[in-house]
Amino acid sequence: MDCCNISHQIDIPEGAKKIVLAGNPNVGKSIFFNSFTGIYVDVSNYPGTTLDISSGKYKDDVVIDTPGVYGVSSFNDEEIVARDVIASADVVVNIVDAVHLERDLFLTQQIIDMGIPVLVALNMMDEAQKSGLEINVDTLSQKLGVPVIPTTAIRGDGLSEVKEAVWTAKVGNSSLKLEDELEDVKFKGASRSESLLILEGDPHVAEKYSTEPLEYRETIYRDRRERVNEIVDKVVTETNEGTSLRTTIGRLMLRPITGIPMLLLALYALYQFVGVFIAQTIVGITEETIFINTYEPFIRGVIHNIVEPGSLTSQLLVGEFGLLTMAITYTFGLLLPLVVGFYFFLAILEDSGYLPRIAALVDRMLTSLGLNGRAVIPMLLGFGCVTMATITTRLLGSKRERIIAVFLLGLAIPCSAQLGVIAGLIAPLGAKFFIVYVAAIFAVYVLAGTFLNKILPGESTDLLIDLPPLRLPRLSNVMQKTFIKSKSFIKEAGPIFAVGAVAITLMQDFGILEAIQNAVAPITVGWLELPKETATAFIMGIVRRDFGAAGLTDLAMTPAQTTVALITITLFVPCIAAMLIMIKERSWKESIYIWFGSWITAFVTGGIVAKILSLF
Amino acid sequence: MTLADVKRGDKFQIDLIPDEMIRAQAMRFGISEGSSVVCAEKIPGGPVILKRNLQEIAVGRRLAQKIRVK
Repeated sequence: MDCCNISHQIDIPEGAKKIVLAGNPNVGKSIFFNSFTGIYVDVSNYPGTTLDISSGKYKDDVVIDTPGVYGVSSFNDEEIVARDVIASADVVVNIVDAVHLERDLFLTQQIIDMGIPVLVALNMMDEAQKSGLEINVDTLSQKLGVPVIPTTAIRGDGLSEVKEAVWTAKVGNSSLKLEDELEDVKFKGASRSESLLILEGDPHVAEKYSTEPLEYRETIYRDRRERVNEIVDKVVTETNEGTSLRTTIGRLMLRPITGIPMLLLALYALYQFVGVFIAQTIVGITEETIFINTYEPFIRGVIHNIVEPGSLTSQLLVGEFGLLTMAITYTFGLLLPLVVGFYFFLAILEDSGYLPRIAALVDRMLTSLGLNGRAVIPMLLGFGCVTMATITTRLLGSKRERIIAVFLLGLAIPCSAQLGVIAGLIAPLGAKFFIVYVAAIFAVYVLAGTFLNKILPGESTDLLIDLPPLRLPRLSNVMQKTFIKSKSFIKEAGPIFAVGAVAITLMQDFGILEAIQNAVAPITVGWLELPKETATAFIMGIVRRDFGAAGLTDLAMTPAQTTVALITITLFVPCIAAMLIMIKERSWKESIYIWFGSWITAFVTGGIVAKILSLF
Repeated sequence: MTLADVKRGDKFQIDLIPDEMIRAQAMRFGISEGSSVVCAEKIPGGPVILKRNLQEIAVGRRLAQKIRVK
């Protein structure tokens, strides 16, 4: 692994210094970054991760942003990126949340221990005041041994002071007591910061110097923690003890009796925003007007000038499931607006501090499925796009959690493309069938999760998360997060949708689609008691989940049959893009288990519901 | 006594966190063995919410059962 060298990712002119911005998650780092760099920003992927790092210029020097982390190590991708960028810094501007000093100063002290010159921007001073905190900035600066500048970035207060003071940054007072051990490692050619990481047991940095990671993390962390607590005790005084409104709301979000209605309200808002406004109004314009009615005829015309219509090449490019027709329309016309909407909503939940509270609230239920509260993120995103959600299962703590989450997403979470069609079909049937549908899907979700939790070896990780103070989401943060995540979705999922389109065209051309339809037909007629044509709808559901459900619209079926068909098609398959992303995220073997597992579950459940409904 | 046995409003000291990774993570959030903390909230059957000054963390119930307090 090539670690701790970022120069080949970011273009650094000769003589330019590297100014690195670092801080915990959600401390307002992006405002500082924008203030330093202005609008000219380079974004590049960090190899081996899905993360992007942004860099820009301040005067003649390079400014590099890092992902928000609680410490420098290699516990996850964010930390690996932050570690490498911070270790290469000439100076670190550390943004610290004044309300959260105990948590944030741990990172500050770690960077100081690494021997890198640091300047601390003590941000959110307005909130600290509102929370009744008095912080002695001079003492803090003196204790840390680095300059500290109070700021309220959201109002622009202190931003220019930070910029002007960047080169006054100092190497602060280290909390490290193991200086001798550090010297031993430095002897091997590692810098102070790298040596410290080796002492703290970082395997990648140790490998770079062909040495073994050492086991001093515990001692070093404890000394550092003690020192930070000591500093906080000296510099922070709480002027009032009374709980603020924010604290009260934060508590109400956690108690089930108030928290569950609040969560349902938030989900209803999500449904209105993404499910109604974006899925119907916006997608109506982007998919229908822009892509299907304007773009597709145009591109067909262009391609048919070069390639003979009806040939396989033409089918592959601009046919019914063509690369330039269906794949493009689906990705940009339908999914992109939905994904942007979902990420926007998620960014609001995250920035406001509500998301970790939701995670804590639903932790109990998800634990029984072998997941923990953090899995609420992929589960929520699944209602937007299962492909997108499958990518985010990476954030889960163990392999078994990732398998369970990927399976449940593929099986029982209908994506927004499909939800619209399902809602349209089930609404006219009345409450009884709606309840049957929801109950069946929910039961399968819970049973499948419980079952996997029982049979998969190992143990799932437990919830251990920080509950940041609630605050009003900041639009600039929300927009930036939405943009970065939507872009990475297109970059990751776009090629998958393209491969899917090619696979479907080939399967159709070689008659495989039809063969599968004929094979499935006896099951749909005999076991599910549905018309033969529903088999076609099921197979089309693989192409695009909404195609499948839409294929049912024209069939003459009883309400019970429609319900059975919808349950089966919801469970039946994720779309081909989701199937392919599973291979990428998991493996061929696991994916095949997941595909067949959901096919079997779909038909068994559909059949059982059909039998039960026929009794009434 | 374990962390799962505390009640909302209880003040106590963290005595033992068994897993090394969990210890490291908790220490970053500001909570280590020996810390005095308050149980700010306890979700029925779910996580225990610990508070130390203004810092709050949620600890899953199963993990809470493994953390010794006094």
